[in-house]
Amino acid sequence: MPEQTRLIQGNQAIAEGAFYAGAKFFAGYPITPSSEVAEESARQLPKIGGVFMQMEDEIASMGAIVGASLAGAKSFTATSGPGFSLMQENLGMAIAAEVPCVIVNVMRSGPSTGLATKPGQADVMQIRWGRHGDQTLIALSPASVKECFELTVKAFNFAEKYRVPVVLAADEIVAHMRENYSIPAPGELEVIDRKKPTMAPELYKPYTPDEDGIAPLAVYGSEYVYHVTSSMHGPEGSSNNNPANAAWKVGQLHEKIERYRDEIVMTKEFAVEDMDILVVTFGATTRAAREAIAAARSQGIKAGVLQLVTVWPLPDLEVARLGQLVKRVVVPEMNYSGQIAAEVQRILGPSVDIRRVNKYNGTIITPQDILNAIK
Amino acid sequence: MAHATGLKFLRKNSIPLMWCSGCGYGAALSALLRSFEELGYTNEDTVVVTGIGCWGKADDYITTNTLHTTHGRALSFATGVKAVNPKLHVVVLMGDGDGVTIGGNHFIHAARRNIDLTAIVLNNYNYGMTGGQYSATTPAYSYTSTTRYGNPEREFDVCALAEAAGANYVARESVYRGFQMQERIKEALNKPGFSLVEIISPCTTHYGPNNKMKVPIDMIRMLKVKGIPLEKYEPDQYPSAEGYFPVGKMVDKNAPDFNTRYEEVRTKAQQIS
Repeated sequence: MPEQTRLIQGNQAIAEGAFYAGAKFFAGYPITPSSEVAEESARQLPKIGGVFMQMEDEIASMGAIVGASLAGAKSFTATSGPGFSLMQENLGMAIAAEVPCVIVNVMRSGPSTGLATKPGQADVMQIRWGRHGDQTLIALSPASVKECFELTVKAFNFAEKYRVPVVLAADEIVAHMRENYSIPAPGELEVIDRKKPTMAPELYKPYTPDEDGIAPLAVYGSEYVYHVTSSMHGPEGSSNNNPANAAWKVGQLHEKIERYRDEIVMTKEFAVEDMDILVVTFGATTRAAREAIAAARSQGIKAGVLQLVTVWPLPDLEVARLGQLVKRVVVPEMNYSGQIAAEVQRILGPSVDIRRVNKYNGTIITPQDILNAIK
Repeated sequence: MAHATGLKFLRKNSIPLMWCSGCGYGAALSALLRSFEELGYTNEDTVVVTGIGCWGKADDYITTNTLHTTHGRALSFATGVKAVNPKLHVVVLMGDGDGVTIGGNHFIHAARRNIDLTAIVLNNYNYGMTGGQYSATTPAYSYTSTTRYGNPEREFDVCALAEAAGANYVARESVYRGFQMQERIKEALNKPGFSLVEIISPCTTHYGPNNKMKVPIDMIRMLKVKGIPLEKYEPDQYPSAEGYFPVGKMVDKNAPDFNTRYEEVRTKAQQIS
């Protein structure tokens, strides 16, 4: 039976979602506006047989969750832009070594220390391209407390299933918002655990994918002994400088995500059936956009919303399908450069009328801001 | 009883070792693998975590579970492994650049936390793999590829750093003292809490030739002459400015380790519902 509905904060829902998904290890470093995820983890994890660690910095936090994951614990960390920047090198290691883990990045206003307590959505490209070398990952962006919970569970599921780090790209608005929510009963939401090896231990190769494209992952301390390296490695996990192997490995890191693209890419559509104007959103801006299209419709303007629940891989097919039905596309986002708007323009082509609504002063985008661009 | 050879922990398909002729790392690897054998470690219950550098390549030669990480960050990955599975023997191999220069923050905090890791820092006084640049342990006034006119910075005393940060076990040896090196490694592996063995080793390609030790044997002689057993060591008689360093066991205590303390946290947390 689901628990009674209660008023719960976005960051708290993220932590609760992680525990629901089976997380047993958190390592992090305090940073506004994500710290409540750490505080909730410090309170709950020792009660459920897990471990909370406050590390010396975000570099160490990212390293520790990779180590803990390989030792068998579902692991996560939470940070904001400056800390996320520090995590990038070890996050790249997790991608290369295909280690499941979840990184919560509660986006705030930058650049640098910026407006440290104010919301922003300017990490879209940092999340996708912040690391050196060829690599890819998955990023999900919640627009409500309910989505904070549900997408954290999804993030762990994707991490475990595809052996890839997943970023929960929240923003300060949803993270600090409080809404009524009742946490689902165990079993109500699907929880996926990583695929373990079943062959004889001497035959186990941690980087040899099965037919589904994903290699099973053993746990340190089990009968399966294995090697993990940040260096280019062969199917057995040992470092390998062979050009053919390197080409295979870099391709495989991308192809496993591309192959499951349709399972990973999630969007939500609001009032798109008869629309003339499409608003493309992610995160908290979705809320203002839904208000704006309701106001537009009351004035006789047919507008709809496409919410990018998955931000990376980008829902390009979904944007293209709806984008070609309309006269104008509006893209509101809390950044100067229009990081998603530029992607939407790339998908739809240079001749499509795209109106950008950008705010980068630490204040939120209002329904009126979006309505002005719709009209 | 036959002497331990450590061979069962050597990945034979990875040899010859990549290290230069005269390098001490092969001797240190041998001491480590023999220690595993003598202590009854298994491939399954051991995780060797490495950083980046010449010594960071050691995992290529070891049959246990291994985790080769990023430059300077090995201790943080190892911390995650140990925190969730205290039964594992977690051994962290780092060089002087890796362990106490770029990784200095993790080094002091792992020692402060007293997490049950065994750190084996191979100190060859410079960055060997990238061409002999100076590190935080390069002696003052000495010559490297980035201190052509003498090092203007002072060197870290790695053992004093670990001791001040709270490590349970601290020792220094050189590869010249092979027997003692292995004894220290075994003591460190056996010690709960954070333990450090610093091993001074020759860099015969860069540091030696840059500092008037033209051939490998010159550096071995240096280790023999300059490494003074702790019981005979007097700072006034053997000044560090002339390259002398004490060898032996410096710290041996039994403060509770991180996992033990975290068990207390769990007990308290579970009492409060």
